[in-house]
Amino acid sequence: MSHTFPPHVIAEIQERARLGRYGVRGRGAARRLPGFDDLLLLPAAAATRDGAARRGPCRTETVLGTRYARNPVVLELPVTLAGMAYGSISPGAKEALGRAATMAGTAATTGDGGMTPQERDAAKTLVYQLTPSRHGVDPDDLRAADAVEIVLGQGAHPGPGGLLPGEKLRPRVARRRGVPPGVDLRAPADHPDWAGPDGLAVKIAEIREATFWRVPVFVKLGAARVAEDVTLAVTAGADVVVVDGMQGGTGGGEEVLIEHTGLPTLAAVRIAADTLAELGVRGEVQLVVSGGIRTGADVAKALALGADAVSVGVAALIALGCNSSSDDTGADVTADYRALGTAPGACTACHTGGCPVGIATQDDVLADRLDPDLGAERVANYLRAITAEAALLAAACGHASVHDLRRDDLVALTVEAAAMARVPLAGTTWIPGLPSGPGGG
Amino acid sequence: MAEVTLDADRLGIRGLNAALHAVPAGAHVRVLNPRGRHNLAVGLRERIAVDFAGPCGHYLGGLGACAEITVWGPVGRGVGENLMSGGIRVRGDAGGGAAAAARGGTIVVAGDCGSVAGIGLAGGTLAIAGNAGPYCGRAARSGVILVCGDADVGLGDALGDAVIYVGGRIAGLGDGALAAEPDENDLTAAKLIAATCGFDHVDPENLTKVTSVRYRPRLLSGRRAAGRPPVPGRLSAASA
Ligand code: SF4
Repeated sequence: MSHTFPPHVIAEIQERARLGRYGVRGRGAARRLPGFDDLLLLPAAAATRDGAARRGPCRTETVLGTRYARNPVVLELPVTLAGMAYGSISPGAKEALGRAATMAGTAATTGDGGMTPQERDAAKTLVYQLTPSRHGVDPDDLRAADAVEIVLGQGAHPGPGGLLPGEKLRPRVARRRGVPPGVDLRAPADHPDWAGPDGLAVKIAEIREATFWRVPVFVKLGAARVAEDVTLAVTAGADVVVVDGMQGGTGGGEEVLIEHTGLPTLAAVRIAADTLAELGVRGEVQLVVSGGIRTGADVAKALALGADAVSVGVAALIALGCNSSSDDTGADVTADYRALGTAPGACTACHTGGCPVGIATQDDVLADRLDPDLGAERVANYLRAITAEAALLAAACGHASVHDLRRDDLVALTVEAAAMARVPLAGTTWIPGLPSGPGGG
Repeated sequence: MAEVTLDADRLGIRGLNAALHAVPAGAHVRVLNPRGRHNLAVGLRERIAVDFAGPCGHYLGGLGACAEITVWGPVGRGVGENLMSGGIRVRGDAGGGAAAAARGGTIVVAGDCGSVAGIGLAGGTLAIAGNAGPYCGRAARSGVILVCGDADVGLGDALGDAVIYVGGRIAGLGDGALAAEPDENDLTAAKLIAATCGFDHVDPENLTKVTSVRYRPRLLSGRRAAGRPPVPGRLSAASA
């Protein structure tokens, strides 16, 4: 078998030859990338153990937006729910995520297409995304939010915007977005009303004026030129920088962009944290990292690398029921996956609108397959569980708070991960890319 | 009607906006010394009248509703961005992105507009007495844009359901835009807008109407929405 032309590459070429167009799908990069699995945490050993720190529960409280906002966001967890578009997922799914965030003590995030009253009611803490499409943006919703996130990019496709297929643009979604129903929508890459880097500072100031300087302003970046973008966001006055790595999901995007653009989350978090430190704003500007966060171990490692919190998207959807073989009525939906050309556990068909478990759909019949109460409970359980895992790991490393995790607590299993995360290769003091010397081997 | 005078030099941007938000409905506010400051009168929600006695900076009156704002001078970028209702009259030129993503209300510019005027317009009206810069009406989803003077290149690029009327020359249409004969409804609409805005220098009978070629791109499946003509061009050319 050819390594250059293995069967799946041949199949892709044949598909392009047949259809004359490129592939589109949901979710993030599926290729093997250096990630948090390539890092290990070093528990406190006899020489470093601090008895005081190990008494009592490990704290997980997280505060975001302490720089300029009157009311920073105070969360019980270092994990938030990432933004998902109204239109991309069903109203029931949005409601369930909002409710789960409230149950677990964290924040949910709106997404492209605006805020629904149901999700505002459901989520005690709600972050309002201001996306480049501006679909459904309502200043009253902005003011009703607990934070505003200006989206400049998304990890799955850091340059261009995402796609919303016509199947999902049902009349109620189209009405909210102010577009005709049934058309395929391509979200623009840039905000319509500012023309480049200098404009961001004025834009942030505008949001502050419109919200009376009450709520924090987050700036979300798709991980690409992370140091430059974080510098811009900080200089422009962001309270919180959200960096979304290339494993971050999308409701619909071009496969070539998903797989071949951006930076892995592992590299992105380290660069972002270093940039904040170089700018002298660590602790003043918080860093939220997203893109392929799945477990409490991922959470702990991201925090150790310098994140103040992480955001979960795809993992939250999986907790909600995505890729499950049965829906909330108990029915086996394997055949519906098959009809989409996929199977439970392997589905990335969010862009089709035919989600077998009623999450990534606007079809009322399909949407009824998700019970928002049950879904919320599952997601809340998941959030609590991964937070407990992260706390366990932090305590094992001798810390009284998950936010005390630091880069010293990490080693890498591969040279690539060591270079990206700037932590020593396990069993050595060697950090690839750093000059020899203390810490550099 | 309560008359209020506020001094932007004394209050600063934040203080001035707080004062404007505190003014009761029905009041008339005169703002002295705006001096090109950005983000003035942002997010207003009451039926008040505000007169700025000089130039204002970016995002004048953005994210607002209900208020009637007049600027006696030019404004910067994004005047009336995401406006929901009410009106803004600019007695001068406007920078780029005037009325960007506005969902309602009327924005009247007595002079010229910079690039991408009316970009992403989603229901409001933008009336320009002078000329419009490049890519006016880009991706405008609904609402009306009236350009009494000339329109630069890229007019109506990726236009949605918004309609653009142009009194002068059009340097070039954007992707998916089509120049068409105005019908009776267009004439009525244009007359109304011109009259409301006090534009007596434009002849509504002699306007060019620019609209979308009315195709509905089907980016993903190659199929088309019912009743629409086929998609010209290839997938990558389409835009929302
Ligand atoms: S199960 Fe639904 S939400 Fe999950 S990947 Fe498939 S279509 Fe998307």
